[in-house]
Amino acid sequence: MTDFISTSFMEHAVTILLFVLLAVTAIAVLRLTNLFAVVMLTGAYSLLSAVLFVVLDAVDVAFTEASVGAGISTVLMLATLSVTGWRRKVSSSSNIVPLLVTLVVGGALLYGTADMPDFGDPNAPANLHVAPDYIKGSEEDIDVPNIVTSVLASYRSFDTLGETGVIFTAGIGVMLLLGSRRKKKAATDKTGETA
Amino acid sequence: MTMFAATAIALMVTMLMALVRLLSGPTVYDRVLAVNMFGTKTVLLIAVFGFLTGRPEFLDIAIVYALINFIGTIAILKFFRYRTLGASTAELQDQEGAQ
Repeated sequence: MTDFISTSFMEHAVTILLFVLLAVTAIAVLRLTNLFAVVMLTGAYSLLSAVLFVVLDAVDVAFTEASVGAGISTVLMLATLSVTGWRRKVSSSSNIVPLLVTLVVGGALLYGTADMPDFGDPNAPANLHVAPDYIKGSEEDIDVPNIVTSVLASYRSFDTLGETGVIFTAGIGVMLLLGSRRKKKAATDKTGETA
Repeated sequence: MTMFAATAIALMVTMLMALVRLLSGPTVYDRVLAVNMFGTKTVLLIAVFGFLTGRPEFLDIAIVYALINFIGTIAILKFFRYRTLGASTAELQDQEGAQ
């Protein structure tokens, strides 16, 4: 079977088209004054960047982006909007300084990428430091077929434990903040009944 | 392969059209539906891209994306209906009855 279009060409084409869609979404977010539409657009933006992460093989990051960016934060933004109002005031102040800052920072970042190794380069420093040992030793040391699992749960287990601790603490904090309010509400309801 | 490439491009054109509806859509429901459709196209694009690059393992991820997309749409619509997310369905129905 002959291929008219090579796979790598298609990968590049998909990436570029996704970036174009991303740029269109970002400009629309800046331009619109209807904040509900802006929230919906940021959801679409998150989904687009999630696809880009999948294309770049960062599947776990894509996963987080889709669930947090497109899922939770959209709802949180809507909750905020229901308190603050649904329209944005068009500001008439000058945008030149922010534009300059953006251009300078963007230029510095682009300049920085010039020194970075190619995408997926096997000789990149990130792929030479400990990754070969992990890949070789995972089967014997840990005896888990999935390398990602052995890195997360064994080689870097203390790191993962720390992360879990942070998320657990954050969860407890949120539950304490929300839970106390509801209990108070229930208590007032009860007193209202007896009175 | 050519078939998958054509499908990927067609999906991205559809995504663009959903984006246009998202931008112009006069009512709230147009926009919610557009985002939902955009999410569905994302799922399909991930699946097609998996086959395009010869790694159909991405299919699992696409399925989980579909779940997230579904729950997200439900959450947005529930929020729009009741203006709250914490309350249970029974509480919300009580509220409806009271009103």
